[in-house]
Amino acid sequence: MVAGWFAGEGDGFRLLGTCCAACASVFFPREDHHCRNPACAGGELAEVPLSRRGRVWSYTDSRYRPPSPYVSDPELSWEPCALIAVELEAERIVVLGQAAPGVTVEDLTVGMEVEVVPGVLHEDAETTWTTWHWRPTGVRA
Amino acid sequence: MAADGGEGVTGEVAVLGAGMHPWGKWGRNFVEYGVAAARAALTDARLDWRDIGSIIGADTVRGGYPGYVAGATFAKALGWQGARVASVYAACASGAQAVDAARAQILSGLADVVLVVGADAAPKGFFRPAGGDRPDDPDWLRFRVLGATNPVYFGLYARRRMAIHGDTPEDFAQVKVKNAAMGALNPNARYRKRVTAEEVAASAVVADPLRLLDICATSDGGAAVVLSSLEFARRHGHADPVRIRAVSTVTPRYPNTVLDLPDIATDSAVAVDPPAATFRMSIARAAYEEAGIGPEDLSLAEVYDLSTALELQWYEDLGLCGEGEGVKLLRDGETALGGRIPVNASGGLASFGEAVPAQAIAQVCELAWQLRGDAGDRQVAGARVGISANQGLFGHGSAVIAVR
Repeated sequence: MVAGWFAGEGDGFRLLGTCCAACASVFFPREDHHCRNPACAGGELAEVPLSRRGRVWSYTDSRYRPPSPYVSDPELSWEPCALIAVELEAERIVVLGQAAPGVTVEDLTVGMEVEVVPGVLHEDAETTWTTWHWRPTGVRA
Repeated sequence: MAADGGEGVTGEVAVLGAGMHPWGKWGRNFVEYGVAAARAALTDARLDWRDIGSIIGADTVRGGYPGYVAGATFAKALGWQGARVASVYAACASGAQAVDAARAQILSGLADVVLVVGADAAPKGFFRPAGGDRPDDPDWLRFRVLGATNPVYFGLYARRRMAIHGDTPEDFAQVKVKNAAMGALNPNARYRKRVTAEEVAASAVVADPLRLLDICATSDGGAAVVLSSLEFARRHGHADPVRIRAVSTVTPRYPNTVLDLPDIATDSAVAVDPPAATFRMSIARAAYEEAGIGPEDLSLAEVYDLSTALELQWYEDLGLCGEGEGVKLLRDGETALGGRIPVNASGGLASFGEAVPAQAIAQVCELAWQLRGDAGDRQVAGARVGISANQGLFGHGSAVIAVR
């Protein structure tokens, strides 16, 4: 679905972006065709892993089931899902993601440190769709 | 562009007429709403549809026929009469871009008088992307990968304001209280009931910290304006019309570093420092620059209050107050009727709900009525200059400055 957006396992798990060889601009989700910096003549876009840890820029949650194409089991009651926008210092970028299971808005504050961890978006009998989650550092699943 | 406000300024066009179909959930076809709004605007302008040289529609999706339609659909419903036609899509900014296209035709001499129409019948519940597997579409991706609805983004902005500026949910509720009080005075508004802070606090949380009454609904509705050259206006007995002096349709500047619908991440500022003004600020600045005025000249503002917290952000982005001072402006009553700079005297989206192609045109209708002194019980006394501000998904700026 979103091939090449993340890779690795455990502590090696990282979001993957791309970096312009000419101007060093970083892109996530990955930009594989043209550097979007208007002042850049354009260079090769090489894959780069993003920082593992960042700080919470803001957060919220979905108290109601999101519509399709989000996939959730209509048989199960909807569990509010927290979303966290995270500022990565080295890349100077903010990346939105779901919070790790069990993390609620009560657990979060703006500015706190979080780290990226592998997660499951949805699974059925045939397929498991993986994703990234943000989790406060020092918390173990 | 000349913007000295004097007689014969080539940069201005006249607003001869404004009209709406009342907003609500009527369950009818968007064409009905658009035609009703168009006829009302034509009557207001004292013109016949056959006098119109050009029609420009703000696009919507026609069910059963894939694609975005507007201008020709309204023209057919009003009766084919050979007018020049165009349709524009710019998400929530479609209406402003339709006004801009009309203005360009008038100023270039391609048309003397143009009818601008936008209407929609919104689906129930959350807005969602079109169907199919479309991972090349950022709007599809944010739903599929994150379940990030529009209120999720509104919640992020609200929480960020609380952390940075110390705003509270009680402050946000007061925006709703204010806008509902003004919407109660507007016969075209969908919600015409005053709301209390207690009612906001008692409504369900949708996206923490925002509750149902902090977030605008989806709606059916239509809005239309008739625009012309100043010369045409004079010839047709409109001696002192409301005039549009600026239309801002800017895109963001790289790197756009404020997380915004429908994106999953911001641009990185690692190679280029962010511009001095955020995208929303640049929308207003472009309009001020073109009009040759500043925020201190405004009598009123119609802003895009998708959520209560976002309205406060617009106060700052429009320069009505300094950064972080939005709540103070609200608490001091400056943005209520009778205040220094009433904001959303129409009742805003809080009272109307979203009918996407119509809403930026509806803002211009309100400016026109206010500047003519025709706004009834919600009239801003002595209104001379008004701004509308809006933002369309995917990087469409939208602001209009009208003067009298």
